[in-house]
Amino acid sequence: MISDLFTNGIVWALLGVALAVILSGCGSAYGVGIAGQAASGVVTEDPGKFAKVLIIQLLPGTQGIYGLLVAFVTLSRIGILGGSAPDLTTGLLTFAACLPIGVVGLVSAIHQGKTAVAAIGIVAKKPEQFGKAMLFPAMVETYAILALLVSILAIFSI
Amino acid sequence: MAVLQMRRVNICGMKKCRKAVLERLQALGVMELSMEVQDDSLERMDTVSSRNHFEKSTQQLEQALEVLQQYVPEKKSLLSSFEGRMLVEDQEYRKLAEQAAGVVSTARQILNLDKQVAESRAEITKLENQKEALIPWMNLDVPLGMNGTKKTALILGAMPSAMDQGQIYELLAQKAPQAEGLDVNVFYTDRTQTCLAVICLRDDQEAVEEALRSQGFARPSLGISGVPAREMENLEQAVREKQERIAQLAKSIEDYAGVRKDLQLTADYYRDRAEKYQLLGKLPQTKNAFFISGYVPAKAADKLVKELEEKYGVAAESLELSSEEEAPVLLQNNGFAESGEGILASFGLPAKGEIDPTSIMTVFYVFLFGLMLSDAAYGLIVSLACGILLKKYPRMSASMRKSIKLFFWCGLSTLFWGVMFGGYFGDTVDVISQTFFGTSITIPAVWFVPLNEPMRLLVYAMLFGVIHMYTGMAIKGYICLRDKRYVDFVCDVVLWLLLLTGLILMLLPSSIFASVSQMHIVFPEAVNLLAKGMAVVGAVGILLMSGRRKKNNWGLRLALGAYDLYGLTSWLSDVLSYSRLLALGLATGVIASVFNQMGSMFGGGIVGAIIFIVVFVVGHVFNIGINLLGAYVHTCRLQYVEFFGKFYEGGGREFNPFKSNAKYMEIKEETK
Repeated sequence: MISDLFTNGIVWALLGVALAVILSGCGSAYGVGIAGQAASGVVTEDPGKFAKVLIIQLLPGTQGIYGLLVAFVTLSRIGILGGSAPDLTTGLLTFAACLPIGVVGLVSAIHQGKTAVAAIGIVAKKPEQFGKAMLFPAMVETYAILALLVSILAIFSI
Repeated sequence: MAVLQMRRVNICGMKKCRKAVLERLQALGVMELSMEVQDDSLERMDTVSSRNHFEKSTQQLEQALEVLQQYVPEKKSLLSSFEGRMLVEDQEYRKLAEQAAGVVSTARQILNLDKQVAESRAEITKLENQKEALIPWMNLDVPLGMNGTKKTALILGAMPSAMDQGQIYELLAQKAPQAEGLDVNVFYTDRTQTCLAVICLRDDQEAVEEALRSQGFARPSLGISGVPAREMENLEQAVREKQERIAQLAKSIEDYAGVRKDLQLTADYYRDRAEKYQLLGKLPQTKNAFFISGYVPAKAADKLVKELEEKYGVAAESLELSSEEEAPVLLQNNGFAESGEGILASFGLPAKGEIDPTSIMTVFYVFLFGLMLSDAAYGLIVSLACGILLKKYPRMSASMRKSIKLFFWCGLSTLFWGVMFGGYFGDTVDVISQTFFGTSITIPAVWFVPLNEPMRLLVYAMLFGVIHMYTGMAIKGYICLRDKRYVDFVCDVVLWLLLLTGLILMLLPSSIFASVSQMHIVFPEAVNLLAKGMAVVGAVGILLMSGRRKKNNWGLRLALGAYDLYGLTSWLSDVLSYSRLLALGLATGVIASVFNQMGSMFGGGIVGAIIFIVVFVVGHVFNIGINLLGAYVHTCRLQYVEFFGKFYEGGGREFNPFKSNAKYMEIKEETK
């Protein structure tokens, strides 16, 4: 029965795992994608800047990894890769714990991607300002890290 | 830890020795020229044409090198960028001057050959196009230029659509009914054209052709008059010849491979000369004398002055900088500290009056970097790789050497923290022992395992953050004291430290802190009282003193003070920002264990082991890469935003001496 599913803790926990991976992964895919388009443009003009623009392109990719990280830690605690199956309350709690990295990962990766595009513009015109260019996307990432922290701490303390 | 003191050196000498002096300055590379002389009686030499000549030569040589690279690629290993420029004896460099013109003409020959290749290629394209156009006519066995006989006319041409013989006869019967004895041959048809030959009596030729034209008929416009099959052969022959010619040309270009080094050196030679002449054009001079002025690091200034006076008989002097002059910045750090110069430079060099924070920053950089990566095996790999590079390629460029040195130290720090937290390729030892040997072995962490006690590491991360930022404040205090701004020292540094320390001491025994960190700290009552006192004194002091520059307007002054107190929130967010130390540290360990687990899913045995090794190598290479990037970026951020935000603005101008801009070579220092 459908209603039974929603009173089953592991369903909620897995839903959380799925959201953490799906949302942050989508965000990172978008972010790395648009940054990659800008990077390709720069490389057509000057292949020598490849390494620099590649580093900046990778910056919005971390949210997807954070999502994976939370998902993995969760999986190893809800009886799928280890641990024991949760009851309804724990399942719901796990679901809630996965939300921060999922939602913040999605939004921050998109914005970090856009910032990375602009930063690649800096590298195109002033390659010596690479250090500063790299910093702008890294600023956005702070919020993904905070979300990751809350997700992880929550899962560890459930 | 120092910004090098600069001095201004003025040189005045006879015009005849100005080139020698400039050459010497270029070779030494210790002087940044800066001359602002507004005097109409001084003239400047016009060097534009010779400079253009040198630049053009450099360009030609570089183009020739590119051509050579295309035909005879130089074998370069992946690591060749670490090798540095080639060493050239001083004598050899002098010889260059004599050979230079010859080398440039060789370069022109190479370029000329390359141009011929391009021309031949263009001709081949043209021939291929002709061949293409000839294909429809291949079934014709009379010459294309044939007109007929005395009595009959041969009309060759194409209709712009697909038609068959019947349609043509029909068309002619309609439009030229008087023509008799027509013979229509369609020998090629495709969607866009129909090639045909019509034979008719000469008298009917005009009428027939007119009839055909009404449907868009056109004579062939190939510019070929022979028999198509034979013409085709000719074209193919011509293409073959051109290809042979290209092969020949390519071979003669390849024969030039041996002069690559000469081309490179000569390109550098002309680059240097162009640079020199550009400067020469800026030198103020009179009929017999010239004048140079610029910045020289203090430690090199006296030696330079002495050498120039003795060797070239010029008058030179070295002066203190005037106080309003903004000298260019050259950092000097030694050993460990210099490795952080690159990180500092990408934020900004110290502006006038600021100190060079490189050495302190480098210590924190290495410390925090290790904490973020925190895996002993990764640290060892990074350190070893950097160590080997440093050992094997001693002549890599200075900035690259510094960066690699920085990562060498960061690797060691990572190794240290890995041992502290028990991370060796994540939990590889556990996984291998469990999967393949059935027993569980764990290398115990020397300190504690962050994955088991994340809150504990979070508290320590913030503690490290507070130490980091307090150091920043201490440097700010030092600068205030050095500049004798005692009021600023008390108001901007001491009061803040009082307030913050007081607040921290008040927080530590509270139940909030205890519930987060699981640590119960109980201070004696006196300390609690002291904490409150410090916080209150700090807060009141800041409230009253922050707006001290608005002396008489107390309302505004208090408002500014209150606003400044609000800056407490930025301290809070700065401290929280250090939680990334925990997050990134955990990320390394957890991603590593994800890969280990994936590898071990196929169980023990030979197949399992092979799969494990593959997953292990790929996974950990990926993990090192992504986490190195993360640690690098986020350690930079902690330095730039949280640390520098407390005391450092940057904005100094980099010391840019007049020196050789050689791309390929480095002149060996004369050993004396």
